[in-house]
Amino acid sequence: MPFKLVILWTDGLMYLLVVSLVFFLIWSLRRLHIRRAWRQVMCNGFGVISLGIILLYLSVGLMDSIHFRLLLDTQNGTKHYSVQMESLLDLALSPLGEDEEKTYSAPFALTLYSQETQIKPDGVHSRIYPKLKFSGQDLLKENKTKGQDIVSRIIDSFLWAFFLWSMGLIVATYIKARLNATSWIVAFKCIAKGYSKVPWRLTLVVFGLLLFIIMAALNLAQEYHILGTNKVGQDVFYLSLKSIRTGLIIGTLTTLIMLPFALFLGTMAGYFRGIVDDVIQYLYTTLSSIPGVLLIAAAILSLQIFISNHPHYFATMTERADIRLLALCIILGITSWTGLCRVLRGETLKLREIEYVQAATALGVGRFKIIRQHLLPNIMHLVVIAVVLDFSMLVLAEAVLTYVGVGVDPTTMSWGNMINSARLELAREPVVWWPLMAAFGFMFTLVLAANLFSDAVRDAFDPRIKG
Amino acid sequence: MFAYVLRRMIYAIPVLIGVNIITFLLFFMVNTPDDMARAQLGDKYVTQQAIERWKVDHGYNKPLFYNQTDEGMKKATDTLFFQKSLKLFSFDFGRSDSGRDIGHDIKQRMWASLAIAVPIMLIGILINITFAMLMVFFRSTYLDISGVVFCVILMSVSSLFYIIGGQYLIGKLLRLVPISGYAGGLDAIKFIILPVVVGVISGIGAGSRWYRSIFLEEMGKQYVITARAKGLSEITVLFKHVLKNASIPIITGVVVIIPSLFMGSLLLESFFGVPGLGSYVIDAIRQQDFAIVRAMVFLGTVLYIIGLILTDLAYTWVDPRVRLN
Repeated sequence: MPFKLVILWTDGLMYLLVVSLVFFLIWSLRRLHIRRAWRQVMCNGFGVISLGIILLYLSVGLMDSIHFRLLLDTQNGTKHYSVQMESLLDLALSPLGEDEEKTYSAPFALTLYSQETQIKPDGVHSRIYPKLKFSGQDLLKENKTKGQDIVSRIIDSFLWAFFLWSMGLIVATYIKARLNATSWIVAFKCIAKGYSKVPWRLTLVVFGLLLFIIMAALNLAQEYHILGTNKVGQDVFYLSLKSIRTGLIIGTLTTLIMLPFALFLGTMAGYFRGIVDDVIQYLYTTLSSIPGVLLIAAAILSLQIFISNHPHYFATMTERADIRLLALCIILGITSWTGLCRVLRGETLKLREIEYVQAATALGVGRFKIIRQHLLPNIMHLVVIAVVLDFSMLVLAEAVLTYVGVGVDPTTMSWGNMINSARLELAREPVVWWPLMAAFGFMFTLVLAANLFSDAVRDAFDPRIKG
Repeated sequence: MFAYVLRRMIYAIPVLIGVNIITFLLFFMVNTPDDMARAQLGDKYVTQQAIERWKVDHGYNKPLFYNQTDEGMKKATDTLFFQKSLKLFSFDFGRSDSGRDIGHDIKQRMWASLAIAVPIMLIGILINITFAMLMVFFRSTYLDISGVVFCVILMSVSSLFYIIGGQYLIGKLLRLVPISGYAGGLDAIKFIILPVVVGVISGIGAGSRWYRSIFLEEMGKQYVITARAKGLSEITVLFKHVLKNASIPIITGVVVIIPSLFMGSLLLESFFGVPGLGSYVIDAIRQQDFAIVRAMVFLGTVLYIIGLILTDLAYTWVDPRVRLN
């Protein structure tokens, strides 16, 4: 094989998460009331659009979670692999990650942001803005100005996006026609006029816009640093894309870690009451009364010292950063299960007195079967709401924790690290604004989508709101 | 009443012991004092001698739980657990790893934290309630919906951006107030304004939505229908009836955070260079000063528990139907 797969801890858990998500979807689609709730989410315009954006981020994050090391050469039987770990995303964005400039350059610029002294062949010193190594390479060859090139690339990507969008339109019309058992023309009219419960027209418009933006960004990124470069000359667009994985991992793995605790302990406390309840209540009261940031800080500080005292456990820098990311998720999980646990305990206390649970008890159904069959399905809506609500909070928390110094490793690409370095960049004269704005844009889009999605989910799943 | 408070305080003791054990586990079992000394003295190339000296200087040269070399009670008291963890119960925080008196530092820095946290809370509540009232008054119109969307947008912006943006816009571009720093007495005002404005704005999104949902819940109750049936105007209903009844969850929600105001805001203080307890914590984390972190964890927990007790008392105050027992 020309490469060797490397599975980091967080990668493995990411796959596990996707698998369990798929299982959960299958499970929930089989249940009528949950399926109805999901359908309601899909009928909400905000719900569909935000879900689409989240899926887009998720696919970038998943592509970035498949790591491998390329084969360099084979010498008498032994294979030598590159030391550098790459992901599928690096491969897809191919020249972006490798082409590094010297230092800052503005978005779409052809020269560096700061002047440098250069000595011309005739011995004259002059202060000029040096040309970038990577940006605008083809401009000279094809003899075009920057403006012409940008416009032609945008037109190109528009045509491509339009082509793909029409494909999408055809598929949507086909599905709609099959579902309603009507002809294609009727289905198309339905979509075009917006006569449908699922907001097809809105979805298609947003889908088209997104396609166009993605196409244009990818196309332009081949030639320019569309979001500029940072202090060490890395492409900010590339950094922002790579940061998606970090944000997603913090938002999702934490939940994956926290969920078993909250589910198990919450239902146990509510169902068995008595001494079990007392112990579990004591546990979560104690944990939740420690200020969250301080507990996280204490744990991460301990971990930092552990890592620096046991360097032999970690082969590469990437592995070390990965363990720290995982540890952050675990600690965030430990501090955040208490809220959901309390809610689940209360709900279970209420549910266990309801007739169908009493009937099951009277009929001699085992306790664990009652929990599994009667209680768990009926508290699932609370879990879904909590998980979606927590996600956006966790993505935001990453940036704050990183600023405090107890977040992800400084070598990990994350929005928190980008913002962190932006403080000094804003104090510069002239101001370097693009890394901050890029981190802001990417983060804001994800968090806004997650917030809107969580609203849609809550509206659909919370029985109190339905009434 | 007094008996209730006393009982709640007794209940708090096991929780505090639990917190103490957790922090002790983190700081003394996962990382031995040797590791701490190495981190303080500069990682590698430190002689064992230097480590021992550091431990003696800072009082870490004792066994964890049981001291065999001592006599009588000292077997239990001359240990790390007693000296470093249990002593916190008497609010004796000891000295930080850099040698300063933590208790004194806390007393001194507390006021700067309050100077920022209290105005943020008061102004924030006022603005959020006004905003929420407006949304409820125009409920299910486009004004309300766009208000909610606006809140969601505000909520989706990281608090770091509010701070950085505020500093850049007001401090650097408009040059209205100093970007960061602090001074005692009345001079403090010009340093406080910017953090307070930023703090209030960053809280509007979540706050207004929360108050709006409280008001909406009240609007669905029967007494509102009665009030309208009597012919009261919508404004009277909102301000005289709904606001009064909604104040129960509002007051209890506010009371719970009052004690935590002493802890200050981590981000605001550190960005604006305010010498409060929030920046104290951040500095301690960055310098890996475990003694301060340990003290602040304990203090934070105590304040949180006091907040919970106060909330219960506030319930009986605002809602006479509630009896403590």
